Amino acid sequence: MLAITCPNCGERNSNEFRYGGDASIVRPSHEDPSEEAWFRYVYIRDNPKGPHREYWQHVGGCRGWLIIERNTSNHVVLGVRRAGECR
Amino acid sequence: MNRYSAFSLLRNALSGNRHWSEAWRKPEPKRSYDVVIIGGGGHGLATAFYLAENHGVRNVAVLEKGYVGGGNVGRNTTIVRSNYMLDGATQFYEYSMQLWEELSAALGYNVMFSQRGQLVLAHSVDQLDYFSRKANIMRLNGIDADILTIDEVRRMAPYLDLSPEARFPVYGGIFQGRAGTARHDAVAWGFAHAADRHGVDIIENCEVTGFAFENGRAVGVETRSGTIGAGRIGMAVAGHTTELGRKADLELPIESHVLQAFVTEPIKPLVHQVIAYGADHFYISQSDKGGLVFGGGLDGYNSYAQRGNLGVVREVSEAAIALMPNISRLRLLRHWGGVVDMTPDAAPIISKTPVKGLYLNGGWCYGGFKATPASGWCFAQLLAEDIVPALARPFYLDRFRTGALLDEAGAGPYAWRQ
Amino acid sequence: MQVSGSRLPSGGRIDREKPIGFSFDGRSYSGYAGDTLASALLANGVSLVGRSFKYHRPRGIFSAGIEEPNALVTFGHDGRRDPNVPATMVELVEGLEAQSQNRWPSLGFDVLAVNQVFAPLLSAGFYYKTFMGPTRRAWLFYEHFIRRAAGLGKASLQPDPDRYDTEYAFTDVAIIGSGPTGLAAALSVARSGARVTLIEQDGAIGGQMLSQPSEGAAADWLAAAGADIAGFPQITVRTRSTAFGLYDGNTIGIVERRDHLGPEPGQTRQLLVLLKAQSIIFTTGAIERPLLFADNDRPGVMLASAASTYLNRFAVACGRTIVVATNNDSAYATARDFAAAGSKVTVLDARPASPLADSARKHGITVLQDHQLLAAHGSPVSAVAFRSGSSEARLSCDLLLTSAGWTPSVHLTSHLGIRPIYDARIGGFVPGSFAAGHFGAGALMGDYTTAEAIERGAAAGLGAACFCGRKAEPHAIPTPDLDEGIARDLPALAVPRRGKVFVDLQTDVTTSDIALSDREGFRSVEHLKRYTTLGMGTDQGKTSNVHAIALMALARDQSIEQTGTTTFRPPYSPVAVGVLAGRSIHGHFKPIRRTPLHDWHLRRGAEMIEVGLWKRPLFYPEHGPDVGAAAIAEMKLVRSAVGLVDVSTLGKIEVAGPDALTFLDRLYVNNLGKLQVGKGRYCVMLRDDGIVFDEGVVIRLAEERFFLTTSTMKAADVQSWMEFLAQTAWPDLRVHITSVTDEWAMLALAGPRSRDVLAAAFPDIATDDESLPKMAVVTGTFAGEVLRIQRVSYSGERAYEIHVGSRRGAALADHLMAAGQPVGVEPYGVDAMGALRIEKGFAAGSEIDGTTTLDDIGLGGLAKKSGGFAGAVLSRRPTLTNPDRRRLVGLQCLDAGRQLRTGSILFSEGAPQRGHGIGHVTAVTFSPETDKQIGLALLSGGPERIGETMLATFPVRNEMVRVRVVSPVFVDPDGARIDA
Repeated sequence: MLAITCPNCGERNSNEFRYGGDASIVRPSHEDPSEEAWFRYVYIRDNPKGPHREYWQHVGGCRGWLIIERNTSNHVVLGVRRAGECR
Repeated sequence: MNRYSAFSLLRNALSGNRHWSEAWRKPEPKRSYDVVIIGGGGHGLATAFYLAENHGVRNVAVLEKGYVGGGNVGRNTTIVRSNYMLDGATQFYEYSMQLWEELSAALGYNVMFSQRGQLVLAHSVDQLDYFSRKANIMRLNGIDADILTIDEVRRMAPYLDLSPEARFPVYGGIFQGRAGTARHDAVAWGFAHAADRHGVDIIENCEVTGFAFENGRAVGVETRSGTIGAGRIGMAVAGHTTELGRKADLELPIESHVLQAFVTEPIKPLVHQVIAYGADHFYISQSDKGGLVFGGGLDGYNSYAQRGNLGVVREVSEAAIALMPNISRLRLLRHWGGVVDMTPDAAPIISKTPVKGLYLNGGWCYGGFKATPASGWCFAQLLAEDIVPALARPFYLDRFRTGALLDEAGAGPYAWRQ
Repeated sequence: MQVSGSRLPSGGRIDREKPIGFSFDGRSYSGYAGDTLASALLANGVSLVGRSFKYHRPRGIFSAGIEEPNALVTFGHDGRRDPNVPATMVELVEGLEAQSQNRWPSLGFDVLAVNQVFAPLLSAGFYYKTFMGPTRRAWLFYEHFIRRAAGLGKASLQPDPDRYDTEYAFTDVAIIGSGPTGLAAALSVARSGARVTLIEQDGAIGGQMLSQPSEGAAADWLAAAGADIAGFPQITVRTRSTAFGLYDGNTIGIVERRDHLGPEPGQTRQLLVLLKAQSIIFTTGAIERPLLFADNDRPGVMLASAASTYLNRFAVACGRTIVVATNNDSAYATARDFAAAGSKVTVLDARPASPLADSARKHGITVLQDHQLLAAHGSPVSAVAFRSGSSEARLSCDLLLTSAGWTPSVHLTSHLGIRPIYDARIGGFVPGSFAAGHFGAGALMGDYTTAEAIERGAAAGLGAACFCGRKAEPHAIPTPDLDEGIARDLPALAVPRRGKVFVDLQTDVTTSDIALSDREGFRSVEHLKRYTTLGMGTDQGKTSNVHAIALMALARDQSIEQTGTTTFRPPYSPVAVGVLAGRSIHGHFKPIRRTPLHDWHLRRGAEMIEVGLWKRPLFYPEHGPDVGAAAIAEMKLVRSAVGLVDVSTLGKIEVAGPDALTFLDRLYVNNLGKLQVGKGRYCVMLRDDGIVFDEGVVIRLAEERFFLTTSTMKAADVQSWMEFLAQTAWPDLRVHITSVTDEWAMLALAGPRSRDVLAAAFPDIATDDESLPKMAVVTGTFAGEVLRIQRVSYSGERAYEIHVGSRRGAALADHLMAAGQPVGVEPYGVDAMGALRIEKGFAAGSEIDGTTTLDDIGLGGLAKKSGGFAGAVLSRRPTLTNPDRRRLVGLQCLDAGRQLRTGSILFSEGAPQRGHGIGHVTAVTFSPETDKQIGLALLSGGPERIGETMLATFPVRNEMVRVRVVSPVFVDPDGARIDA
């Protein structure tokens, strides 16, 4: 079981969380009319084998969206922070 | 080179099985080939076979970083079906089905294609209506499909929990009689055997570490044993497409995810079809050895780990018990994971790429096994003629820009939820 | 059956005061408490217990543990039938019923034993080379017979009546295996103060010490260590607990078996323990492997250590005239034990010399050095053939014990991807490395003497304690004075060239299968496994894997290191599917959601139906005998008077904050800027890819506070999506998003008399059309709770949705029913509700299916022209704006008396009926309003085709009906009724 240490709630099993995909891509502004920008945001993925920044939401807890850095080759969690916070 | 038959089996048995030769040769790589295929899994080997068989292109190498069939062709739950509803997918998977039906004969290798039928259960009127639409589309495309009543389901699989008290009662189901299973390893080995007989070089333990370019065109691949030149290069490394694609600066709509598979201890025949639960992620069949082979949904987060987590093991077990309360005491013998390419519409990619000379076959999501023959057939044509075959046109990379997606489930551009 | 073993009059760890009756294949036997089924069968002289998988050869008990490849039996009957259980792992309990399996008609005479005659044809992978003709479906014919011959035991056809549970457990240090290493480690950790969980698959702690003589140095040491362990409250000992897998997050999957307690009411049969540890010490030990020789699968052939276990622990001497064949020193202990028990023992040692030979001879044992075992004879074994130098000879015996060294149990350590490496010193694989906080010691690491094991175990304990941040001091742990031989520096594996030599006993893989596999080029260890099925049995090749790799190395003339190893997959030993599911079965599988009116519906006799996880009333039988008749009556009720329906399953979300309006304006396609307080609006949101995501009503409760509904099925997804946008995309917007789905009961009153009901029910609340115009909201109180009434309609009739706190939901329903009695209010179910929306042409789940755009469902007009909402940009992609897309229309069935069905495919008249058609029917109903079969469809070109006649074909039923394309709004297209 993946264990995720939620900054609000502490360490929890990943089944309390909802996955939200790659967090390294910046969402275009809501007013951005560029189809290219939205295409890349919605579809193109780097998909690294290794450290991957990704969104998880603690739906079974504080409901906070987190950004987790996790190694996709061995599932080791390298870091967790709240999505709204700057790095 | 041996041809396989009952006669050759008998002849060899009488001579103590000492005269069988290698199922495929173990050649050293040549300096260059007309076509180099990266990936010695089902799709790469099928492509090589059809390049030789259909197009007479025999100066072909298949480069495999590990052993033949070590990826998803040897890790899947072996289901073959052609029950797709969207225009384009329907025809492609049915063509694949037709190739399956001739495959053992075409390869001279028994892939144990067992058309025992696949039943998908419906747990609401709406679901049964959806299946009716699918079955009607299948019929209109010459594909066998039936909608079964609950009594017909009961006759087929009396051990299912079909009671009204079930958590998600069964209303009926959709059945494709021509669907079934095949022996997954034999598919890889059979294509390898047959491609090899056509002169294709299958080179194992040969990882591609990069590409050689000339004027922006990919003209070869880098390996530990040097550069191998190639007229055209085909990638068939689903699960690791983006890792390899990155070496050619390809930007792709693919994520790697783990899909688990499970097998129980062997028992005498119990499950005679492929049966899929319609209320949750669980489907099951029984291997010829007797093990119940089952699967579920993705683990749900990007992963290259080739192993699954216990959470999904438990979820799949819960669904198994909900549908088949009689297998509670049967014991899980092994569970493992395969790394699959997930795309935003759960449909594959067979396409040219922005890099000249480099062609892509990937994005098979959790459905690559049944597509193996048609995928190889189409990709071979693309590599041989540089023309996208009509059958594969729906799977072109441009669909993500145009919006011509093949999202049967309507799950949206979230690879892990497809 | 001859007596090959018998119970000794004294000794062992059995309780002779407690005899236990059991049966095998219908015959009654007796054993003692402390026995396993295997030891009890051996004590009763039963040597033939099973038939092999492929050749149906007779097989006996081969081991005394979890590695057992042969003695698989079926227990129990009906719903409690357990196939394929190793007899070596089953504790004997009173009344236990066991049966042999994979034989017909009987264990003694098995028809399929004829397979042995055809063995040369049935070589590895034979099925890939034949069964391909004469027709392409021929395989299905052959497969039928192959399937029947394969498999082992039979599964039950009935539900399992037993109960399973799950426990989440936490510890500082988990120690897997309670042999001397594990015990030493546990004591060492415990002395630091850290918590220890000691996991042991056996019924008692001690590991190999339990197989030592039950009196003497080993037994004394074990008793002392056990007492020490019991003295530490921070040590939790879990026996009968198999650690079957290692998973992420340092989680160990464990199954604790309580089968021996019997099926008492309320008793948990097995418990799944998910143990999370800071640190893990692997002390999983090693398993002996046999020598390879011809006919090595005969009953009466056993692992040397297993015979010692039966002798010392269970007081069963499996033979009187014994040959111990070995290539190492560890088997000398077995020889000595049997000599002490009075058996005649001959040791055939493959090596020219052993340091233990002289001492063995002093115990009366015949030791023959440089002797190679060639074959077993007789079934059960009555003699062995061996070679000495160039001569061959035979020796009589009734028990043949062999040892070819030990194989460390590296399974768990490799589950997370650490590959085992070959240790030439012990001729086996050891863990290649350990993750931080993981330690290994004892036989697992090749520490084969008890003294080494204890020392290294204690050291590992110190390491683990330190890892957990404890101060740990070395502390001497006494070691027993044992005269042991160990299996190191083994000679090369000798393999006879003649006869059938089984490498994997369970899957019937022989040395010639491995040779054939190599000849055919299957040279990866994975290929070997897959081609020959070696190691794929229920024992996962615990006694065969290393031999197989050694044989491959031999065939290729390369080292074992070059040959490689296999990946071990969880579980370590098979785990029941039921224990993995635990209590999440029946109603606890995807727990049922009930609305606040659930019991109210039941009281009215409603027929309930699953909608997602919810239960909802489908119809009320008081309105008709079946759903069809009742739903029509309920529809008529709504159209003519008034009906009441429970819509509490809708997702309900409150959005509050200074930027709540801005947030919603970006979320929904609608322009919400002008939404006034006290008004609501029907709104739609898209996914980022431009496809319609969900729809619902947004109500502005206050300047900075909104209430919105989602569809029942999308509630969770919509809420997460809103939170995602608020927290990650637009963190500058000051909004709070709160799910209030469970807080509110929601009832809809629909029909021309609905206002009358409201007026009667809430005389203090102004609900006249001026006070409560369309989409407006008024508030009041009901039974002390806030009440909200919104005028909104999905049926086309005048209608209101009434919200009240959940706990007042049923009371509100009663209140409305009472108030509405004069105008004939009745409840209606979801079937009528769905049909009413079809009549009115409202898109719902079957049209909003994740593939349709706003324009497809006729809602393009809702969207802000300025864009700026989620999904706006990609919704303009060419394929999504193609005028040929399938768009929402209505259909009227033109063939009276014939059924238009959902899922029908639409074709133009005269067009060839193949392919995908130009549309499909998404919903149908009989429309009492128009007295016709009507439907909704998604049709290429959509409204442009209104007036055309089409064919709706349903090939699965061989049906076809003519339909006219019409507006999807069948009822009151001018919208007059909503004000009626």
